[in-house]
Amino acid sequence: MSLRNVGIVYRKELTEALRDRRTVISTILVPLLLFPVLSVGFGSLAVALVGKAKEEVPEVMLRGGEDSPAVVDGLKKLDKIKIVPETPGWKDQIINKEIRAAVEIPSGFQADVAQQKSGTVKIFNYQGEMKSEFATDKIEAYLKEYRDKVVKERLAAKNLAETVLKPFEVARENVAPPEKVSGAAFGGIIGYMVILLCMTGAMYPAMDLTAGEKERGTMETILSSPISRMHLVLGKFFLILTAALGTAALSVLSMGVSFSVLGHYTSQSAGGRAAAAEFLLKLGPKTVISVFLMALPVAVLFSATLMTIALFAKTYKEAQSYLTPMTFVVIFPAIAAMLPGVELTPKLSLIPILNVSLLCKELVTGTYHWNYIAIIFSSTCVYAAFALFLAIKMFQRESVLFRS
Amino acid sequence: MIEARGLSKRFQDKKRGEIRAVDNVSFICQPGKIYGLLGANGAGKTTTLRMLATILEPTDGTALVCGHDVVEQPEKVRSSVGFLSTATALYRRLTAQEFVEYFGRLNGLDEATLKKRVDDIFDRLDMNGFRDRRCDKLSTGMMQKTSIARTLVHDPQVMIFDEPTNGLDIMTARTITAFIRECRNLGKTVIFSTHIMSEVEKLCDTIGIIQSGKLLVEGSLAQLRDKYAEQDLEEIFVKVVTPHFVAEEAN
Repeated sequence: MSLRNVGIVYRKELTEALRDRRTVISTILVPLLLFPVLSVGFGSLAVALVGKAKEEVPEVMLRGGEDSPAVVDGLKKLDKIKIVPETPGWKDQIINKEIRAAVEIPSGFQADVAQQKSGTVKIFNYQGEMKSEFATDKIEAYLKEYRDKVVKERLAAKNLAETVLKPFEVARENVAPPEKVSGAAFGGIIGYMVILLCMTGAMYPAMDLTAGEKERGTMETILSSPISRMHLVLGKFFLILTAALGTAALSVLSMGVSFSVLGHYTSQSAGGRAAAAEFLLKLGPKTVISVFLMALPVAVLFSATLMTIALFAKTYKEAQSYLTPMTFVVIFPAIAAMLPGVELTPKLSLIPILNVSLLCKELVTGTYHWNYIAIIFSSTCVYAAFALFLAIKMFQRESVLFRS
Repeated sequence: MIEARGLSKRFQDKKRGEIRAVDNVSFICQPGKIYGLLGANGAGKTTTLRMLATILEPTDGTALVCGHDVVEQPEKVRSSVGFLSTATALYRRLTAQEFVEYFGRLNGLDEATLKKRVDDIFDRLDMNGFRDRRCDKLSTGMMQKTSIARTLVHDPQVMIFDEPTNGLDIMTARTITAFIRECRNLGKTVIFSTHIMSEVEKLCDTIGIIQSGKLLVEGSLAQLRDKYAEQDLEEIFVKVVTPHFVAEEAN
């Protein structure tokens, strides 16, 4: 095999690709801008919205409570809650977000508590509405604290220890480091994005270098040169692979930078820090390199498959109509990997795309199952080699090259 | 030299079944001579020339180009051939110079030889004014010159032209016909296909008339005039082709 000829074709295709606006947009600009816009844009928007919602002083309407001054005083003294007097149409006011919640203290509540009679304090809210939920949480926390205080006083009056009612505590403690926690929550999306961007990066060059070449009439020109078809297809394949890997590398890089910038930005405020802990994914260099290495055989698989399919088309448009459904074929297993509870098994590790997607989810949490990594890497390599073999065979078929 | 020996090409068509695009065609093209393959559209000219240029593989038969077998040694054949047709387009995003250099490299030229060869060709074809211009910004005439430069860069001994003037304006077409003559004068073996009678009359040393994939007759213009007792090549062509055309229509 002449590497010189493969190199000549590759260099020429690279020169042409870098001069083509559509290739530059799909391979370089989209991955570079997509993540900052999506993650930093949406991420900071989410962080900002949650932070703002938490810091807002919600208005809570008080219903009743005239004969329970201690409870009402306690409510009024609550930090970052504004208690407003009752007005008609309070339910509509909650629905219309004019007030965030209403608390109803039954008549004679304080006296009933003193006489050890049971009563119910109701909180009315707008379920699922973030600010209403925050207000409800604050009121509920205060009332629970008040109830605990009453219980403590009653126990003390009877000389009983608190442990009578609470013989033991139940406590949860996270032992996973922060990157594993965020990885478990958002790791699935990394594999999904890398796989999807590998595909989109390969798609345009695959069409341009095959169907596009047929359409522009340069296929016959190149076939009349002495280069063998295998060298020609390899030169083209390496360019498509470069585009796929370039897109994946730029997307991973852009993703890492986006998250670190967002992390730095959100750590400036207390509310932001708390929200960032929930929403931000921490990616170390080891994770980025691992994800990229696993993306390598996937990129080979995509490049060869897309090139083979696009070669069959006579025109660029026809190639588009063949390759667009391919996006769904790829998206489906990539999304399946994001579903909760779907985890790597020996069988799933043989299903292309889904296996890498699931593995990426593990890698992002910092878990390295070497046996799965070996199975997935080698099986994807086998699929990729088969796809490349098919591409070379297709390039030798006159019925494909000169399809009319 | 080109020596076609029983060249045949069959295609499978879903509707029409097997199509014999070229059927047992044999001829010889000598160095320093122009062989004209004359035929109507769909007669089998392009398929024949594509087989000689090893773009298509013959179903049966073979051909020797500069002593290399088109079936056994296709890459060596392509190294000896310059192939030009209106279907051989340019890479639009490369400059004229990059385009010619690309094909020079694919033909195995080293950088020093390539530079000298490209400079010579660009001087000879008066292409220096647009050597750094991208191919998508060239006029039709400039494009044709660039295509010619591409076919010449490896100094091939055999030139194959497939309807090279098809759809070109008169001035650009004249550039091509002048180039074909020049190739003959340089001692190259030239074969070209056309359906334009005047081009054949002006250029060809030997004429082969092809119809339905079969080479019906061949000879010099004088020999054909004697044989068919006609001076006008168009009349000769009609006389040769009509019986086959009628039979084909009847089938």
